[in-house]
Formats: sequence, structure tokens, C-alpha cells
Amino acid sequence: MISSTIGIWNYWIVFCLMMIGLFLVIGRKNFLKKIVGLTIFQTSVFLLYITFGKIKGGTPPILNESINTIYSNPLPHVLILTAIVVGVATTALGLSLVLRINSEYGSIEEDDVSAQDLVDYHDDIETGKTLDLKFKK
Amino acid sequence: MISELLINAFLVTIMLSIAIALIKTRTVIFTVILTSAYSLVAALMFITLDAVDVAFTEASVGAGISTILFLAAMAYLPKKEEESISSEFIPAFSCIILGGILIWCSFDLPEIGQLTAPIHQHIAPEYIRGSKEDIGIPNIVTSVLASYRGYDTFGETIVVFTAGVAVLALLEKKNSAKKNKSQPKQKIRKNA
Repeated sequence: MISSTIGIWNYWIVFCLMMIGLFLVIGRKNFLKKIVGLTIFQTSVFLLYITFGKIKGGTPPILNESINTIYSNPLPHVLILTAIVVGVATTALGLSLVLRINSEYGSIEEDDVSAQDLVDYHDDIETGKTLDLKFKK
Repeated sequence: MISELLINAFLVTIMLSIAIALIKTRTVIFTVILTSAYSLVAALMFITLDAVDVAFTEASVGAGISTILFLAAMAYLPKKEEESISSEFIPAFSCIILGGILIWCSFDLPEIGQLTAPIHQHIAPEYIRGSKEDIGIPNIVTSVLASYRGYDTFGETIVVFTAGVAVLALLEKKNSAKKNKSQPKQKIRKNA
């Protein structure tokens, strides 16, 4: 009973971590916190994959002389190695987007940015109307 | 064997507490440090789960380079996170529902470390057998990464290159945009 609970425990916590990452992405309005949430989500997915690859009593997948060695599954390790590097590239791209938003809007809060967008939109409509009126005269 | 799983369960619980602290904190520097700690504990977990190569990469790239990136970006950004105006109830509720569904599905997953799990039956034994004969490298992960699935690594290189070009383009435009902005204003003044 205890061993079966521990056997599934990892999955439960990993799913909780995923949901915390998802909540940081969709629930928080700060863009930097959203990128941190993406990182948390990614790392928990890596943990899920590596957990699948584990074999009881296995060794790391490096060949040794003895015949009866059980090696853990190397395939998830390879996939996750690729994913970690791609994840850092994504983080760098997201951070540069955040920097650019900060230099344009002076804020990285989603509420501020969308409020400024709304103001700009109404300004555009008003100036467009005045231009039309001038044109008609 | 059971002790290994116990260490695992302990480490993954530490990760959960770090993630909960991340939800609570509103200071940017704490956020960055907690993210770094999260990656380091993840690297420890990869070692106990026999993924040594992944542990290196996570410790150097996940806990090292991405922390440096965050710190570098942090220098130009506001230091405090503001409380949001809108309610966080709907995102939290949908996350809890989705997490509940995932945990419900987890009862159908194979227990950790079962040799009979479907993932161990497919192509992995072929790679383990072929690594020494076909390629002659003792580290199976290296031979799969560079030879059997070399096209994956090629695709990864393309993604990293694209991301680098995009970062350069985004940060380059910051200067030219200022020039473009200042020019139209002058024109408007002249017209007025």
C-alpha cells in the first residue's frame, strides 16, 4: 500500500506543479511572472517524462561490463535534453518581448498595457473623426 | 529501492513548496531566486531518477543561464509586482478542475519503475543493444542524441538560431523605433 502510494505520489505532485505553472501564466497579470510560470510548467513536464523513464533497480544508461545490468530508458532523457535547451531559447525570446513592452508602455502589468491600448484606440477614433470633418469642409 | 523512491517523494514535495512560495511572493528578485532553486532541486531529482545527462543540463542551463537571463532583464524592469485589479478566481478554479482531472487519470498510469510499462517495450531496448555495436559509445544518451535521433538535435539548433535572431531583432528595434517616433512629432508641429 505504501509503496503503491509512493509510486503514484510523484505523478500527483508533478500535476500540481503543472497547474501552479498554468495558474501563474493565466492568472497573474505581470508579464515577468507569466514567463516564470512557463518555466515552472516546462520543468514539471520534464519531471513527468523522466519519471516515466525510470526502472526499479536500474542504473543510468551508460554501458558497463557486467551483463545483467538493467539500464533506465534513455529515450526520454534525449527528448528532455533537447527540450531544456529549447526552453531557454523560449525564455530569452519572452524576456526580450517583455523588455520591449516595458520600453514602449513603461509598464509590464497587463492591466496598464491594455488600458493604454484602449486610450490610444479612442484617440485614434477621435482624431480620425476630426480629420474627416476637416476634409468635408 | 524504497529509499530511492522516498528521497524522490521528499524532493518533489520541496519543489511543490517552492512553487507555492512563487505564487505568494510579489518581489521580482525573490521570484528569480526561487525559480533558480526550483531548477536546482529538479536537477537533484533527475539524478535520483537515473537521468545524469539531463541533470547536468538542467543545473547548468536551467539553473544557470536562465537565471542570468532573468537577472539581466530584471535590471531594466520594475522591481515590484502590482496586485491585479481583476479577480483571480476563474483562472484558479479552472486550474484546480484541470488538475483534478489529471490526478484522476493518474490512477491508470503505470507505477514508477515497472519494467513492464509500455514505454520500456518499444524502441529503447533496440537503442541500448545497438549503442555499443553500431556506434561504439558507452553513453547511450549521447549515441541516441547525436546519431539515432540526430535530426532532433538539428531541429533544436534551428529553433535556437531562430530565437537568437528574433531576440536581436526585438532589441535592435528599440533604438530605431525611438527615431521613428520622434520624426512624426516634428512633422506634426511643423504642420501646425
